[in-house]
Amino acid sequence: MNPHLAVETIGLAKSFGATRAVAGVDLEVRSGTVFGLLGPNGAGKTTIVRMLATLLRPDSGTAWVLGHDLVQDAPLVRRRVSLTGQFASVDEELTGRENLVMIARLHGMPPRPARSRADELLEAFGLADAATRLVKTYSGGMRRRLDIAATIVVTPDLVFLDEPTTGLDPRSRNQVWDIVRALVAGGTTVMLTTQYLEEADRLADRIAIIDRGHKIAEGTAGELKASVGAGALHVRLRQAAQRPEAERLLAAALATEIHLEGDPTALSATVDEGDEERVAHALAELARAGVAVADFALGKPSLDEVFLALTGHPAEPADAQTDTAPPAGGPHDEEAA
Amino acid sequence: MTTTDSTTTSTGSPATAELRVDRLETVLTPTERPVPAGPWTASLVFAWRAILKIKHVPMQLFDVTMFPIMFTVLFTYLFGGAIAGSPREYIQDLLPGILVMTVAMITPYTGMGLNQDIQKGIFDRFRSMPIWGPAALVGALLGDALRYSLAAMITVALGIAIGFRPGGGAVGVLLAVGLLLVFSFSLSWIWTAVGLRMQTPESVMQVSMMILFPLTFASNVFVDPATMPGWVQAFVDVNPITHLTTAARSLAHGIPDTGAIAAVLVASVVLVAVFAPVTMRLYRSER
Ligand SMILES: Nc1ncnc2c1ncn2[C@@H]1O[C@H](COP(=O)(O)OP(=O)(O)OP(=O)(O)O)[C@@H](O)[C@H]1O
Ligand SMILES: [Mg+2]
Repeated sequence: MNPHLAVETIGLAKSFGATRAVAGVDLEVRSGTVFGLLGPNGAGKTTIVRMLATLLRPDSGTAWVLGHDLVQDAPLVRRRVSLTGQFASVDEELTGRENLVMIARLHGMPPRPARSRADELLEAFGLADAATRLVKTYSGGMRRRLDIAATIVVTPDLVFLDEPTTGLDPRSRNQVWDIVRALVAGGTTVMLTTQYLEEADRLADRIAIIDRGHKIAEGTAGELKASVGAGALHVRLRQAAQRPEAERLLAAALATEIHLEGDPTALSATVDEGDEERVAHALAELARAGVAVADFALGKPSLDEVFLALTGHPAEPADAQTDTAPPAGGPHDEEAA
Repeated sequence: MTTTDSTTTSTGSPATAELRVDRLETVLTPTERPVPAGPWTASLVFAWRAILKIKHVPMQLFDVTMFPIMFTVLFTYLFGGAIAGSPREYIQDLLPGILVMTVAMITPYTGMGLNQDIQKGIFDRFRSMPIWGPAALVGALLGDALRYSLAAMITVALGIAIGFRPGGGAVGVLLAVGLLLVFSFSLSWIWTAVGLRMQTPESVMQVSMMILFPLTFASNVFVDPATMPGWVQAFVDVNPITHLTTAARSLAHGIPDTGAIAAVLVASVVLVAVFAPVTMRLYRSER
């Protein structure tokens, strides 16, 4: 057990009947950092997080959370970690304020401090106006924020956020990102799951890619993208006749091989991460030489490409379940199996 | 009180729906970690939650009020003449029975509410918190005791209006209701176990009705078991609802039947002793 690690797992595994949801995963999360679990539907992200938050008992493997043995010292772990589940875990039939007061009271705060803590959080999370409305009437983004507020009523040492932005619009997503950054600035360790490489990229110090219960790669966002090689520059010209010249100019500017596409006006080139400036320069060269560009695009490596590169198979869901907003049946549908 | 809070904080700023990044830092600064609520406080917080829900949606009291009114009026006037000669005579015996039946019939709501919490995911939050496990259940049961009391009050008040004259007076009726609450609280542990086991609130309702219907009807609530065939009588005699009805009648009319009262208390203890541990196991076991 390493004291600098907020989470350390060795061979963590969990099966549901014949489904090996998590098939032996080793993780190391340094205290004070953001760790991202990235993977498609059914990869096992939620199962990992629920085990680490003491909601599920691992079948095998060992895990220490904040220095406590996950299984033997579950009550101690529970005192210091907090989970925002994949599906909103707030009470829809209460107001936002009542939800937070309830959680604060359960944490042991006396009534008056509980109320002022609730108000303080509502204010900071932009929910003051909706404080006395039933959560039922909240938008998805508001619900998420309330959910996260409930998670940090008493500032935990380690927070699990399970797909905190799935189903949110870009603005709400940014708000959640701001919250995560503020959490880390305050010294809390964050472990979050996501299906979006971009999100992991923006927030996480380290990322583990999970596929079908296995960790298939781990590293910083830069390392993972580098392992894919890169993105691609696609250029389409106005006149096919100018393609040979464009090819020559691009090859010189990008110092790489240029592919001629089936479309006689189109060319493409692989570009390394961080080479955006070079691309801009290459496009400027075309313009200066009088080669008219109809259209160009710089494709960033997506989760799909990372996946394809690492596994040889596309990032398809491991099962038929969907990932969007919580279905009426709630988070436990799949348990019917 | 809360309305004034929120209006003062929002004055002049149309952007209160915005995240206050400047404030985030303050609210996220770690403070002294309080000592988690003890079992009793936590249970009371959950009871408060149940009462808040009733406050927000008073319509959920509809069945709690309609059941007893319907049962009392219907059975008194439908069967009164045939069974006891007149509705007025019948209601003296019937009302304590109706009391038992209405309260027993609404006990499954505890299980349904629990099941809903699980489906919605909020139970995950409670389970991942450092609180006494059963608190959420005990609190919900305490909140439900309020519903039971309300149903009992309505039944008694209506009964008195249409001719119920309990010989035991107010004290007798209160004792009868008290015993009924004790039994209902114990009975509810069956439904919490069912609520944890079933997939949907509807199936919780179905299972509980399948158990409750035979229990309430194959009893002495409506008619004297002496007229029933032997094998039914055998069941009626061991049915706790029968003992509860006998005990409630005896208390309401001021002639306590200590045998029946003891039987009800024993049944209550057994129900809790069996189903509370089952519930707790299901609660802690992974979902
Ligand atoms: N309670 C359960 N009972 C049976 N199977 C389950 C249960 N929970 C998860 N599974 C299965 O385990 C696998 C991993 O599921 P998990 O929810 O951990 O994936 P995930 O990475 O969180 O996916 P998503 O992005 O859809 O949330 C899936 O095949 C899922 O169907
Ligand atoms: Mg998930």
